[in-house]
Amino acid sequence: MSAARAVRPVSVASFAQAQNVRRDDQRNEVEGLLPVIAEAFGAIGITKDDVDFICSGSTDYLVGGPFSFVMALDAVGVWPPRSESHVEMDGAWALYEAWVLLQEGKVDAALVYSFGRSSLGDLNEILTLQLDPYTMAPLWPDIVSLNALQARALIDAGKATEADFAAVASRSRRDALANPKAQVAGDIPVETLLEDEYVVAPLRRHALPPITDGAAAIVLAAGDKATRWSERPAWITGFDHRIETHALGARDLTASPSTAKAGEVAGVAAGPVDLAEIHAPFAHQELIVREALGLDGTVTVNPSGGALAANPIMSAGLIRIGEAASRIAAGQADRAVAHATSGPCLQQNLVCVLEGA
Amino acid sequence: MADSEVLHAAHHIEYPYSRSLGPVLSAFMTGLRDGRLLGVTASGGRIVCPPSEYDPDTGDDVGELVEVGPGGVVESWAWVSTPLRKHPLDRPFAWALIRLDGADTALLHAVDAGSPGAVATGDRVVPRFRPAGERVGSLADIEAFVPEGGAV
Amino acid sequence: MTAATADERGPVTTLATPIALDFDFTPGVAQSRFLRGLEQGKFMGQRCSVCGKVYVPSRGTCPTDGVPTTEDVELSNSGTVTTFCVVNVPFAGQSIEIPYIAAQVLLDGANLSFMGLIQELPATEVRMGLRVEAVWVPEDELAPSLASVRYFRPNGEPDADYETYKEYL
Ligand SMILES: [Zn+2]
Repeated sequence: MSAARAVRPVSVASFAQAQNVRRDDQRNEVEGLLPVIAEAFGAIGITKDDVDFICSGSTDYLVGGPFSFVMALDAVGVWPPRSESHVEMDGAWALYEAWVLLQEGKVDAALVYSFGRSSLGDLNEILTLQLDPYTMAPLWPDIVSLNALQARALIDAGKATEADFAAVASRSRRDALANPKAQVAGDIPVETLLEDEYVVAPLRRHALPPITDGAAAIVLAAGDKATRWSERPAWITGFDHRIETHALGARDLTASPSTAKAGEVAGVAAGPVDLAEIHAPFAHQELIVREALGLDGTVTVNPSGGALAANPIMSAGLIRIGEAASRIAAGQADRAVAHATSGPCLQQNLVCVLEGA
Repeated sequence: MADSEVLHAAHHIEYPYSRSLGPVLSAFMTGLRDGRLLGVTASGGRIVCPPSEYDPDTGDDVGELVEVGPGGVVESWAWVSTPLRKHPLDRPFAWALIRLDGADTALLHAVDAGSPGAVATGDRVVPRFRPAGERVGSLADIEAFVPEGGAV
Repeated sequence: MTAATADERGPVTTLATPIALDFDFTPGVAQSRFLRGLEQGKFMGQRCSVCGKVYVPSRGTCPTDGVPTTEDVELSNSGTVTTFCVVNVPFAGQSIEIPYIAAQVLLDGANLSFMGLIQELPATEVRMGLRVEAVWVPEDELAPSLASVRYFRPNGEPDADYETYKEYL
C-alpha cells in the first residue's frame, strides 16, 4: 500500500527507554535491553506472548560485530518461534514496519525496540560509512563537519544565526531538567552557550548531541488490545517517511523537502499541533524541520529535551514517538507530531501524527 | 559484579574493500588520475558532479560526461581546527561544498585555506592535484582545493 | 560510455576503499563471569529462574523466556559430545594439525552445548555420545579467554545414552 493516512487505528500502548548515559560499560546489548522491554510490557501488564510481531532497529557498525540484532532477540524470548523483523535503521523505522503489518489486520500487537552503544567505537568514523563510498567516504568527512556545512548554509542563506542554534540548545537542556532519562540537562542562557568553543565552526559544543548509550521499546496495539491496554490511547493517525538523494552536494541543505512531503502525507496540517518531538541531533536541524513541518511558535517543541539532551543512536527517533505518545496518554496533549531522521544532514525523515481519543 | 570484573578488550576490524566502479564513476576516477574533473549530464541538462549513474533527484538515466572545473565556487564550508586521524589534511582546513565551473551540484572536498578568515561562501577555489605519478584514480588525487590566486 | 584516457594503464575500473575501525568491546556482566571462570580453570554458567535451563556461556538472559539469568552455576569439567565434524581444511593462523575434530560438547549440568576441539583420540574414533573432559592450559597461562581450554579428551567413561543428549543436537 502507499503510505497514507492510517486506515486501521493503531495506538502506542507502552513506551520505555533506558537511562541515557555517556557509557554503559557494565552491560552488553542484551543486558541493556532486558529491563527496557520488561518495563514496556510491565507498564501495561502484558508478556511477550501478548505480542504477535517483533521488529527492531539497530546497526552492527556500532558494536563492530555481525548479527548483534539476532543476539538481541535473547532479550525478548523467542520461543515458541516468533514472527520477527529487523531494520538497519533507527527504531522509528522499525515501528513503521510494524505499523504497516498492523494495517493488514492480521495481528493486533507488536513489540518494537531499538538499541545501540555509541561509546564502543568512534562515531565520527563509524557514521562516515553511511556516506557514498565512492565520492565521499574515502575522504572520511565526519558527521559533525557535514552538519557544520549545513549550519553554515543556513547562516549564509539568512535563515538562522549561531544565536538561534544556541537558543535551541538552551531550551532543550532546560526542558531536559524535567526528564529523568536525559543525559545532558541544565539551565544555561544563550549568551553563556555562545562562549563555547567551536567544535567545527560554525557549530559550537552545545549545538552537538551528546554521545549516548541507550535503548528503547514501544508496544503497538490495535483493536481491543489498544483500548484494553491504555486508558487514553495515543492513536497513530498519520505516518510516512521520505528520503532524498545521498549526494549531499545535490541537495539544498537549508530545507528538508523529504520532511515536508512526509508531513504532508501524514496530515500534520489537518489539525492543530500541540507539541512536536523533533529528532534533531544537531541544533540547527530543529529549525529546518520546524519549517518543513510548518510548525509555528505556538507548538511546544521537544519538551523531553530532544536529541540534544540524549542521542542514543538508533533509538533517538523511536524515543521521539514514545515521548509524544506518553504526553498524549497523560492528557498533556491532544495532537502531537513525532519526527525521526536518518542519514547525514536530514537525508531521510519520518513523520508520525498521534492523537488522543 | 564490580566494575573491575566486567571485561574490556580492544577490538580492531579491517575490511580491504575494492569496489568496481561502473562506467560513470570509472570515467570520473580515470579523469582524476589524468588531472581532469568530469560531471555528467542529467535531467534538464543539469550537470552533476561528482557524477552518478542516475539523476540524483529523478533517478532518470544520465547522458554524456563533460569536463567541469577545475575551479569552482564554495557553496558552504566548515572549519576544522583539529583534524581527525583520517581527515585528508593534518593541519587546520575547511571542508567545503564546491560547485565546479559548469556544474550544477557541489563536490565535497577539503580546502587548504590556512585560516578560517581565508575562506568564505562564494569564494573561488582551484584543485591542487597530486603529482601525476602519485595519482591512482580517486578523489584523494586532489590533495585539497586552495583559494584561487592565493597561494597558501 | 567508456573512460577515455591516454594513460597506458587504461581506464580506472576499481577503487580501493579500505576500512579500519577500533572499538572498546565489553562482553557485559554475564559473559564476563564466564570468562573470569575460565581464568580460574572452571566453566561458569547461569540458570534461568523460569525454565531452569543452564546456559554456558550465558549472555545474561534466557533466550526462551526473555528473562535475566541471575543464578550462577559452576559446571562439571566433563561433558558429552553431541555432534562433531572432521576438519580437513587448513585456515590462516592454524595452530593444530589437520585433520582435527570440532565437536559440540554438552557439559554435565548444562542445557547449551558449545564448540570444542577433541584431541588424544584418532579422528576415526570420535563419536556422538563420547564422554570427554576439558584439558586446560598450565595454571600460569590461564586467561579470561576460551584459549584457556586447550581441548577436550576422552574421560574414560562409557558413552552417554542417546536419550541424555538428543534434545541438544
Ligand atoms: Zn528460561
